[in-house]
Amino acid sequence: MSAIVFGLCGAVAAGLGLYGLITEAQPLRKILAFNVLGAGVFLVFGVVARRGAAAGFAGDPVPQALVITGMVVAFAATAMAVALLLRLLNLTGATTLDADTTAVESDSMGT
Amino acid sequence: MGASLLVLSIVVPIAGLLLAFVAGGHQVERIALATLPIGLTIAVAVAVTMHQADGPLVYLLGGWAPPLGVALRADGLSAVMMVTTAVVICAIGVFARADFVIPEGMAEARAPLAFWILLLGVWGALNTVFLGGDLFTLYVALELLTFAAVPLVSLDGRAETVRAALRYLLFALLGSVLYLAGTALLYGAWGTLDIVLLSRLVSAQPATIVAAALMTVGLLAKTALFPLHLWLPPAHAGAPAAASAALSALVVKGSFFIAVRLWFQVMPALPGPSAAQLLAALGAAAILFGSIAALRQERLKLLIAYSTLAQIGYLFLMFPLAYHAGATQLESGGALSGGMLQAISHATAKAAMFMAAGLIYEALGHDRMAGLAGVGRVLPITLAAFALAGVALIGAPPSGAYAAKTLLLRAADETAQWWWAVTIQAGGILTSSYVLLLLAHAVAPAPAPIALRARVSRTREAVVFVLALLSLCLGLIPWHAYLPIAAQALSSPLTFDALSSALWPILAGGVVAILIGRGAIKFGGIPGVVVGSVDRIRRTALVWISGVMRVDDMLQQWPAAVLALLALTIVFGIAMWVGR
Repeated sequence: MSAIVFGLCGAVAAGLGLYGLITEAQPLRKILAFNVLGAGVFLVFGVVARRGAAAGFAGDPVPQALVITGMVVAFAATAMAVALLLRLLNLTGATTLDADTTAVESDSMGT
Repeated sequence: MGASLLVLSIVVPIAGLLLAFVAGGHQVERIALATLPIGLTIAVAVAVTMHQADGPLVYLLGGWAPPLGVALRADGLSAVMMVTTAVVICAIGVFARADFVIPEGMAEARAPLAFWILLLGVWGALNTVFLGGDLFTLYVALELLTFAAVPLVSLDGRAETVRAALRYLLFALLGSVLYLAGTALLYGAWGTLDIVLLSRLVSAQPATIVAAALMTVGLLAKTALFPLHLWLPPAHAGAPAAASAALSALVVKGSFFIAVRLWFQVMPALPGPSAAQLLAALGAAAILFGSIAALRQERLKLLIAYSTLAQIGYLFLMFPLAYHAGATQLESGGALSGGMLQAISHATAKAAMFMAAGLIYEALGHDRMAGLAGVGRVLPITLAAFALAGVALIGAPPSGAYAAKTLLLRAADETAQWWWAVTIQAGGILTSSYVLLLLAHAVAPAPAPIALRARVSRTREAVVFVLALLSLCLGLIPWHAYLPIAAQALSSPLTFDALSSALWPILAGGVVAILIGRGAIKFGGIPGVVVGSVDRIRRTALVWISGVMRVDDMLQQWPAAVLALLALTIVFGIAMWVGR
């Protein structure tokens, strides 16, 4: 039962993350959306671990080990993206991914 | 003994990276340059040992066999890709020394420190990609590769390159999340992620098909196959020349290699012919869009970046050609060998091209196509290297691309898929067109003597020239020891027939360049009637071309690219379901 609930939660989180990645123009929001999407996928790993549990165990340890690695990677990725974003803000005073728009037209950070 | 070489090939670049990072300052370059020959020796040793052992080398980490443990495996594909990577990285290393000098009086500078460390990082990650015997190891390797590649884009710290790096990182992360979701589903369905074990288990049930679609599209996003290419042109064109060479020649091949592993080795029976046709159709679209965009660029480095886009498309043409009539699965035969040879050939030729472009930029202080006139006179060796790499890319004998083209055309003939044979030939024509356009600009006489901004070192020119020459001679290497090539499939590339068959795509490419290339090429002594009619055709063609460029602009918008990614996932899922 709990596997179904968590599986559905994972699917919803992944969907929300994808929606955010498509609709949000701000890179910081995109980074957050990536993390929501990632959390959804990690939940699916949790469900896989739960369903694959051997008798007497709460879960299959292999997907749990994989998910920890996945989290470390997602953390490192987020740190790198934020570092790049801060650098961009320092250089241009704005954060936008579109090369054509000038710094003046773009949204400013910190709102 | 042989198998422990596999561990060394990953450990040595990573150890060099860590050591260089700790030592810092002037030691960084020394440590990195010392690592290059060691890594090259290990890669060659792996290839030789594998040949002698007459089978794949396997190393079980900690002595635990899969499914409990994780294995490193080297087969023929791994061996050739490892040697290619080592050769290209060594060339980049020798070339890059002059670009990343620590300024006089300083103990350390950001760009040199970052470049050498990241170059070793890219190498270690790529070797892990080639050797990983487990889909999750491959995920980690893919992420390592992205993390090493992204900062290479923004080495010089200009705002536009930081922006390009961020775009690249965010899109690549989306791709890797899809791949990760696929591994979760596969593990849930089959209880292992080991490539060999999975290949014995998988069958076409819904979870597996969803996983395959997610992983395929995730890898395509990282490889920048059309229409998922929004990040590639600014990233590859904005990076310093040595970094562009590594990114364009090697980094995109990492995710391509995993896609090949997935389709040919993990689940050869699963994707089905319709998904393979779809993949190659995207490749054909990439060739067309990439080549046309290349012809219309104002800057040399952007032209080369768009050429990479087109050549990535070429790599995906092999998938439908690996289905023989009546066969139910992808066969590791001539088509696969052709695709891998194309990847190797592109790696060497494109690295040489980006480095030659770097030398031209250094000498002139710009890389505008319109200002290239007279370069042939002041930098003859660089331009000759560029021409050789261009000829190798076009697929003139005896280049690796010629061997690739022969194998792919033969496979198209055997499987009776004439439309892919036409695409392969058209790709050759389009490649010739942008190579010729560039050479025409460069050999044109300069209106005024060129004032060189900097002298170009002979060593660096020599490195580029040797790499380009190597690319042109790749067809002479006995590949059948490592790739599944049938005996007699590759006849001698130096016959009159082979050489003359290479001539007409080049001529046709010249016509295309005259008709739609940026900056009209002018000839003296041609009757006015001909000039007038050419102009008329050119004007009509350019109307169509501007439409194509608008579509390209649209696809480079973020929402369009992500929606394309989702749509492709669904379409691949349906195609695999139908092809069950």
